[in-house]
Amino acid sequence: MSAVGTTGGEPAIRTDGLSKAFGSQRAVDGIDLVVPRGAVFGFLGPNGSGKTTTIRMLLGLVSATAGTIRVLGEPMPSRTRTVLPRVGALVEGPAFYPFLSGRANLTRLDAADRCSSGRTRAARVDAALERVGLTAAAGKRVHAYSLGMKQRLGIANALLRPRELLVLDEPTNGLDPQGTREVRALVRSLADEGATVFVSSHLLSEIEQVCSHAGVMSAGRLVAQGTLKELRRAGRPRVVVRTPDVAAARTVLAALGLELLEETREQAASALLADGTAPEDVTSALVAAGARVRGLAVEGSTLEERFVELTGEGFDVAR
Amino acid sequence: MSRAEGGGAVSARRGLAPGDEERPRAFALLGSQLAVLFRRRRTWAMLGALALVPVLIAVAVRVTDAGTPGDGPAFLSSIADNGLFVAFTALSVSVPLFLPLTLSVVAGDTIAGEASLGTLRYLLIAPASRVRVLAVTYAGVVAFALAATLAVVLAGVGIGAVLFPIRDVTLLSGDTVDAGGFVLRTLLLVGYTSLSLLGLGAIGLFASTLTTVPVGAMAATVVLAAAGQIADALPQLAWLHPWLFSHYWLGFGDLLREPIAWGSYASDALLQLAYVAVFGALAYGRFTTKDVLS
Ligand SMILES: Nc1ncnc2c1ncn2[C@@H]1O[C@H](COP(=O)(O)OP(=O)(O)O)[C@@H](O)[C@H]1O
Ligand SMILES: [Mg+2]
Repeated sequence: MSAVGTTGGEPAIRTDGLSKAFGSQRAVDGIDLVVPRGAVFGFLGPNGSGKTTTIRMLLGLVSATAGTIRVLGEPMPSRTRTVLPRVGALVEGPAFYPFLSGRANLTRLDAADRCSSGRTRAARVDAALERVGLTAAAGKRVHAYSLGMKQRLGIANALLRPRELLVLDEPTNGLDPQGTREVRALVRSLADEGATVFVSSHLLSEIEQVCSHAGVMSAGRLVAQGTLKELRRAGRPRVVVRTPDVAAARTVLAALGLELLEETREQAASALLADGTAPEDVTSALVAAGARVRGLAVEGSTLEERFVELTGEGFDVAR
Repeated sequence: MSRAEGGGAVSARRGLAPGDEERPRAFALLGSQLAVLFRRRRTWAMLGALALVPVLIAVAVRVTDAGTPGDGPAFLSSIADNGLFVAFTALSVSVPLFLPLTLSVVAGDTIAGEASLGTLRYLLIAPASRVRVLAVTYAGVVAFALAATLAVVLAGVGIGAVLFPIRDVTLLSGDTVDAGGFVLRTLLLVGYTSLSLLGLGAIGLFASTLTTVPVGAMAATVVLAAAGQIADALPQLAWLHPWLFSHYWLGFGDLLREPIAWGSYASDALLQLAYVAVFGALAYGRFTTKDVLS
């Protein structure tokens, strides 16, 4: 890995106490992000939780109110000139000149980088278009592109040069299920080529399958991060009782000191399983109280549940 | 986690560290900026409208009598006699309104236009440094100032040659130059008028860094262009006149003397340079510290 050289040991992204305030609102509130090299890092959080603002700070578009950033082993934003050519990014959706063709747009953005070769430009642009399946529409003006096509073009822009780090902000927005699958496959192939991929989403399900790591944002704070395994383990298991005597079962669970959960299923009661309480204790307590038990199961929390647990449920924008 | 060890393989394999492959291309973005400007229909619509000014004037003079000397815009009465004057007349008509108006559209659109499209963030992370983006977009404004002036002058010379006789020109000083000499002076005129617009262009550039709504920056620039000329017309503000960016706008008559009086050219150049320096610095100060949130 000669290209990585002396910086190979450092994480691809590391922030310390990174904060951004808009007036009195703390859009990003002291986050310590660590994205290891080679990881596919899912940056999760509901709308308005501060993902895009964080990404803007990582790329030097927005100055941080407090905290430090290192990207690919160098401080940002002081080293934008040497860092950003190695980073491909999609930020807050694609943006292009509507009166230019897809190809002309990419050519312009590539020309904006002083270090990119003019000699190989046309070939690289075509290769990037090919990679996102836009070859046929490359000559059309972007004005005539659908949202999904623009999204693809935005990803193509991030792939104009070989990159060590890709930062993709909600790359599946506006894509159909087929497009979403393609993006996932693309992320996988980029990771296989050795790039680090930092991908944000408000939908866990869209990226869970491709991530090796994840971080969860909630109201500007990074409430959890680590490998997917670590995140799953951090979730507490719960006990689900199948019973016609729901009310009695809930009383028993509460009496055992367990935290009751909302249960949507019919004739079932559930609660978080506390460390000191074994499932068999629950069974005997239920029997002693005369609650009829049809079944009792301990369920590990899925990542989805973990996500909901960390960020709160529902469609409400956090703030 | 086998992936965790592979960082940087993409660039390692293809051996493309930044800058390795050839010398940095400092002018690629400039070329691209001009291409974007001149591939826009709006740009051509404005240049077309500007070219219509001399055509309108020439046709009006051709189909009617020339009118009494002294009526109407400067040089108007000379047109029927000599087609070379069409360009001068058209410029003196365009300088107060059409040229500043179209230039304000282009200058106000520079940074704010990129911001509102969202392309600004992609230029900056390409990466193009903020200074470079500012310089290159301003270069686009300069190119437009030149193109706009050329549009008026070339259309004027063309329609003048078609509709009226072309002969030696009697200058304001009474001397006579041949058509070739007059063309030379016309080129000087193009230079003078484009130069005159640079200060306003810098004001527009600064306005453009203040907002993400291009129409706002355009309108502010147009309003300033008008205000400058109004102030220049008020004798009560005589102390201010030499400092107004529009003060020398109509001073190109000096190019029609023999020998050429370079006074206005020099004063204008100095004044415009000062405006470019001041508003360029303001734009720089604003843009390089600004959060790009669009
Ligand atoms: N330009 C801005 N001015 C003020 N507040 C902003 C601005 N941009 C974002 N915010 C606020 O910052 C918070 C985080 O926004 P954002 O980073 O876009 O969230 P996400 O990308 O996770 O949906 C939101 O509450 C939003 O209202
Ligand atoms: Mg966002």
